[in-house]
Amino acid sequence: MSVFRNAGHLFRLAAVFVVGTVAFLVIRAAVVPRSFGEYGHYRGAAISEIASLPLHFAGHQTCETCHTDIAKMKSAGMHAHVNCEACHGPLEKHVKDPSIDPGKPDAAVLCVRCHAASAARPKWFPQVDPAQHSGGIACTTCHNPHNPVIAAGGSK
Amino acid sequence: MPGVEGYMYPNEVSLYWSVLIVLYPYITGLVAGAFILASLERIFHVEAVKPTYRLALLTALAFLLVAPLPLQLHLGHPERSYEMYLTPHRTSAMAMFGFVYLWYLMAVLVVEIWLDFRADIVALSQTTTGWRRLMYRILTLGSTDVSERALHIDERVGWFVTLIGIPSAFLLHGYVGFIFGSIKANPWWSSPLMPVVFIFSAMVSGIAAVMLVYMAMMRLRREPIDMRCVDKIAQYMMYIFVIDFSLEMLDLVHRIYEADESFRSLNFMVHTKLWFSQVILQICIGTIVPISLIALVQIVKFSEKWRKAIYVVSGSLTLIGVLAMRWNVVIGGQLFSKSFLGYTTYKIALVTREGLLVSIGLMILPLVILAVLVKILPPWPEKSAVSLPAPSVGD
Ligand code: HEC
Ligand code: HEC
Ligand code: HEC
Ligand code: HEC
Repeated sequence: MSVFRNAGHLFRLAAVFVVGTVAFLVIRAAVVPRSFGEYGHYRGAAISEIASLPLHFAGHQTCETCHTDIAKMKSAGMHAHVNCEACHGPLEKHVKDPSIDPGKPDAAVLCVRCHAASAARPKWFPQVDPAQHSGGIACTTCHNPHNPVIAAGGSK
Repeated sequence: MPGVEGYMYPNEVSLYWSVLIVLYPYITGLVAGAFILASLERIFHVEAVKPTYRLALLTALAFLLVAPLPLQLHLGHPERSYEMYLTPHRTSAMAMFGFVYLWYLMAVLVVEIWLDFRADIVALSQTTTGWRRLMYRILTLGSTDVSERALHIDERVGWFVTLIGIPSAFLLHGYVGFIFGSIKANPWWSSPLMPVVFIFSAMVSGIAAVMLVYMAMMRLRREPIDMRCVDKIAQYMMYIFVIDFSLEMLDLVHRIYEADESFRSLNFMVHTKLWFSQVILQICIGTIVPISLIALVQIVKFSEKWRKAIYVVSGSLTLIGVLAMRWNVVIGGQLFSKSFLGYTTYKIALVTREGLLVSIGLMILPLVILAVLVKILPPWPEKSAVSLPAPSVGD
């Protein structure tokens, strides 16, 4: 015991650390979500929470079940692999209730979003300088959005 | 695109790591440097630097308290930061910083300061009144044992803590260098010398800072500066600075000789965008000039007045030089394209969350904290327990 004589204050300091550590562990046990680490370094329950979020996109397969004509036309053209909702926007609401009119996309801003010439786009991707190419006329006057190549009979 | 020359990948045009990330290694460096200066006295028994021992500890604490702030400001959402303790991510070096920091703060600095000031705290808890008395009483942790044996035990334990503290200080700052040095994709950073260079420049800057703070405090208190002490500190600073500079040059020569595929691009950058901050500010004004000045003092006998002036000038230049070094590492590493075909520009904002004003505030804050700490725990041995220093900075 004599070794520890006059070392009382050190035990007090150690006690502060022990209390701090215990408080930390208690808080940690209380606030770290139960499912943390279930699958990885995140909250396992997050997966089911995200899965139950409301849907916004229906997916092109769903559209194609009703709009068979357009699906057929599109699959024959250069836009075959462009998703319906990439142009029309999220339409899950319309799918649930087709009487909700989704309206038509505005070709004036839509097409240039992908086709305006830009050095950042891959070279193989078809690009035009809109001012030069159409001089302000809406793209859909000449191109059919669902089958855009005019020579392929896609004109409107 | 404005500010961009040649070809940049789109995600390289604007910098992610702003001036705050320059300050962060700078501030942790000052902490590590100040602590190492303090340990000189304790472990290596350099008696001459004793007058700055306690001041160096308090300086280290003041800067350490501010060290995480640049990160908090840069990342945003400070209310989430504690989560890195709750769910530690063991394979991320950045995530582990929280533990390195906590270890250094709690297990090293706070303990060492407490042990060292304990006798004063006990004395103050008996001589003061009101809320100060309460504060000191809490700080004593309810033990007023200042018997010779108790103080002897404190001395031994403190010595041991300092012994652990030196590798911890290296860890704290070596870690910061490691973060940069381990970024494989960036040739400006990726170098195993990075942690070593960071540690040595940290020591230099910390020693310079304590030297200046000591001289300023003595001035404010209208007390004579202990020239034996300042001479010694300046000497140590010079020695370490020479090592630091050699290491930096070694890195440079190695890069030039190796001349890998990034070399042309980096070489061009150093000659253009970084010419002022690297060659002029860091190497010439911030390194060669202070080293030469202090070296001159070793050779020529200057009067006390002149030596003081030289130390203030070279200390300040050193601080500027080390800050420039951090700038060149952090900002320089983001100015060139990883395609080695282009360069971008960093324009520092003024009043944004990561802007100039915030940075200036962050550099003043530690001094304010230090002023408060000095008030609470007067580091001056002679009158410590009796009277508190009257004229003090800030407060
Ligand atoms: C359940 C069947 C159904 C599904 C699934 C469906 N629609 Fe419709 N859609 C309709 C009906 C019915 C109309 C209204 C028909 C009309 O007025 O000619 C309509 C109208 C539209 C219109 C407006 C036509 C206009 O002239 O204004 C667009 C655009 C449209 N749908 C796009 C989509 C897209 C995109 C999807 C997939 C996300 C989709 N639809 C899925 C049934 C469906
Ligand atoms: C490249 C963009 C794009 C894609 C992909 C696309 N659409 Fe369209 N769609 C348009 C545009 C633009 C209009 C409006 C045409 C107009 O103004 O006349 C339109 C009009 C429509 C209409 C209204 C009737 C019509 O023919 O004018 C329907 C229905 C429709 N799209 C369904 C679909 C479906 C279903 C798909 C997926 C199979 C799809 N769209 C894919 C751009 C697109
Ligand atoms: C979401 C992006 C996107 C939008 C919006 C879009 N396109 Fe396309 N477009 C494509 C892709 C992808 C291709 C196919 C490129 C390929 O495979 O070579 C294509 C191909 C084309 C082609 C054929 C080019 C060729 O090589 O002959 C034309 C013409 C075209 N689009 C016109 C339009 C018009 C008009 C609109 C507006 C109604 C439009 N695009 C909107 C993505 C888009
Ligand atoms: C006046 C009619 C007209 C208008 C309006 C028009 N185009 Fe075209 N576009 C053409 C013709 C004709 C071609 C020749 C190729 C073809 O047969 O599709 C073409 C080709 C293209 C191509 C393929 C270029 C290539 O290099 O393969 C793209 C992409 C295109 N147009 C996009 C647009 C976009 C986007 C708009 C709206 C800003 C637009 N076009 C408006 C007539 C038009």
